[in-house]
Amino acid sequence: MLALDPSKKLSFNKTIADGDLVIVYERHDTMKAVNVSEGSVFQNRFGVFKHSDWVGRPFGSKVYSNKSGYVYLLAPSPELWTLVLSHRTQILYITDISFVIMYLEIVPGCLVLESGTGSGSLTTSLARAVAPTGHVYTFDFHEQRAASAREDFERTGVSSVVTVGVRDIQGKGFPDELCGMADAVFLDLPQPWLVIVSAAKMLKPDATLCSFSPCIEQVQRSCEALRMNFTDIRTFDVLLRAYEVREVKNDSMQGHGGSPSQQPPCKRRQTSEGSNKQESISSTIMARPSAEAKGHTGYLTFARLKCSE
Amino acid sequence: MSGNQSNVDSVQSRRVTWEGCSVLLDINDGDRLVFSRLTENSTLKIGKKNYSLRPLIGCPFGSLFQVEYGAEGSKLSRLLRSAEVSNIEDNGDYQPVEEHRDNRELVDNNKAQSLSGEDIEELRRQGATGDEIIEALIANSATFEKKTAFSQEKYRLKKQKKYAPRVLLRRPVARSICETYFTKYPARIGFMRVDTLSLLLSMANVAANSDILVVDMVGGLLTGAVAERMGSGYVCNMYLESSPYPMDIVRMFNFGDEICKRIVRTSLSDLCSVQNDPSEQMGHDVSATANSSNEQMCSHETLTEPSGMEEIALPSENEVSKCKIPKAGDKASQETIDLWKANGFSSLIVAAPELDTWNTVKDLMPHLSHSAPFAIYHQYLQPLATCMHRLQSEKMAVGLQISEPWLREYQVLPSRTHPCMQMSAFGGYILSGVKICNPESA
Repeated sequence: MLALDPSKKLSFNKTIADGDLVIVYERHDTMKAVNVSEGSVFQNRFGVFKHSDWVGRPFGSKVYSNKSGYVYLLAPSPELWTLVLSHRTQILYITDISFVIMYLEIVPGCLVLESGTGSGSLTTSLARAVAPTGHVYTFDFHEQRAASAREDFERTGVSSVVTVGVRDIQGKGFPDELCGMADAVFLDLPQPWLVIVSAAKMLKPDATLCSFSPCIEQVQRSCEALRMNFTDIRTFDVLLRAYEVREVKNDSMQGHGGSPSQQPPCKRRQTSEGSNKQESISSTIMARPSAEAKGHTGYLTFARLKCSE
Repeated sequence: MSGNQSNVDSVQSRRVTWEGCSVLLDINDGDRLVFSRLTENSTLKIGKKNYSLRPLIGCPFGSLFQVEYGAEGSKLSRLLRSAEVSNIEDNGDYQPVEEHRDNRELVDNNKAQSLSGEDIEELRRQGATGDEIIEALIANSATFEKKTAFSQEKYRLKKQKKYAPRVLLRRPVARSICETYFTKYPARIGFMRVDTLSLLLSMANVAANSDILVVDMVGGLLTGAVAERMGSGYVCNMYLESSPYPMDIVRMFNFGDEICKRIVRTSLSDLCSVQNDPSEQMGHDVSATANSSNEQMCSHETLTEPSGMEEIALPSENEVSKCKIPKAGDKASQETIDLWKANGFSSLIVAAPELDTWNTVKDLMPHLSHSAPFAIYHQYLQPLATCMHRLQSEKMAVGLQISEPWLREYQVLPSRTHPCMQMSAFGGYILSGVKICNPESA
């Protein structure tokens, strides 16, 4: 998933090889992570797909099943991985992830501490942000989940920049060996205020911290704890609204087309002045917000360690 | 690895300012934001006075400075940790106390303060610090004691901003640069809010050792943010017409030589041209002249910028060469262009309000590598809707989505937690997706 050195750039990786991780795309909301293996098959409602048909095809190809159904084989990325990974815990999605990485000012070479690891959704994006010269130390107090996360990082190819530790950060704080070395700390814990003092010891001066909490009471307690050693304390929430797009054909062309997206005409539509008057078909492309949206995931509280000296 | 070491060093060294570096000055806790370059002669205007920025050179980013009044006049001097603690907000053990006061008797007749302007000047001449003046104002206010605790805090903060203004030395990075421009000159960055910019970088899988194609008509903010997130690999800043788009904001990022070398420009015609093709010759000439005229254009822009960005203290030509500020945006070498032609770009980001979205995307898609993600930014929904529809019907991409990010900030204070009164209602739209192989050619 990551190009860890210049000789292995993403754009050089063109064709699917045995052992590669691919993202099987059926629809925008139906995707699955599959490791390609000669002799294996992939089965879904469109039929049976032989992996051997996939080997040697370029990423982004359309592949067919025995019943002429098809899927697309996409190259993995942290965004796609977040959508297909198995949820052992509630995860962070792209909206929060992208804002966290921007606001924590994470760039290649940074050292980032994270607790808890959870299902590794954010961790995978953090790995991308710090690679190839930085590192992510992520901690979870649940041994099995930590092990599953380690497996996932191997599978996605980010394990060289991620170290998973089993540790109760709320109880013990971060390990002393990392004192003063962190460029950023991310907390997704039930009681993050218990970890603020330890986080302050880990961070370089003016380095950044983020705490993700679903409840406002948690945010209030965290902010109080932050005021002693941190400055520039800011709390946000971020959401994404999606839009749907539809083509509406001019109703004078009733019975013309066969495109599945054609809407039955309901109102006479004035064609705009700019449209081609020569063409007999005219249509309007319209967009509107999707009816459903995520209302809340959690509050993101950011802060910077005060400069001492 | 030596590469490892220099990379680590550069992350480290960026934490302390140096002569010639670009900085973001935050005056009075976000009230005023100014980009500047720290040179021998650069100054900052606060109130009616110009203060030299020399004391800021060599200090860590995040340092706080306060105007100090001394025998030689006033200057900016560094506030050390212990001095800051006196700030009321730092009281970690704030216990919410029952508040019995309210504002029923408060009359706003401008007669509450008994100290006059001259009195304050006199205090200054006697060497009183900003904090001492604030205490004097509070002592001489007839209404202060009757105010609620919150109101007293607000009063104190207001006086501090006027009589003891503070300047925070901030590091210019993608986040702070975007936020500042969004607050001050949003039109120059096409109303791209910081959460929108962060989504573009994620959706386009911006990472090290990639080749990212960028069409940046937002002053260079996008190019700079991509380069910062990549560290290595190439950012190809592409222009589709005859001359490159301005990229001045890139200079604010404090990129070293290594990264500057990796921000290159090319025209679409250069990328499309075939070897031994006569049009290639023309293409080169056009871009060569465009490049040199662009350099002239850049220096002109440097000189005329102050009228728009009146807050920027730009260095003179002498200072520029003395400080050796690395320049980004050189023309891409033929070798690099050939590599892109052979392998394609690993992703695409477009922020081009003045170009036709669909036509731009249609021209650039063939240059993307297999399964490459892309993110298209626009202020207006319609061009993205049209583009998405065409990409769908021509089966050029999957996973297509038009998103509109929403960002809300909260004030979190004991007994005073609520969303902020001011909010940005709009930060742009994004069309994202992944390129697929054309089945016909597979």
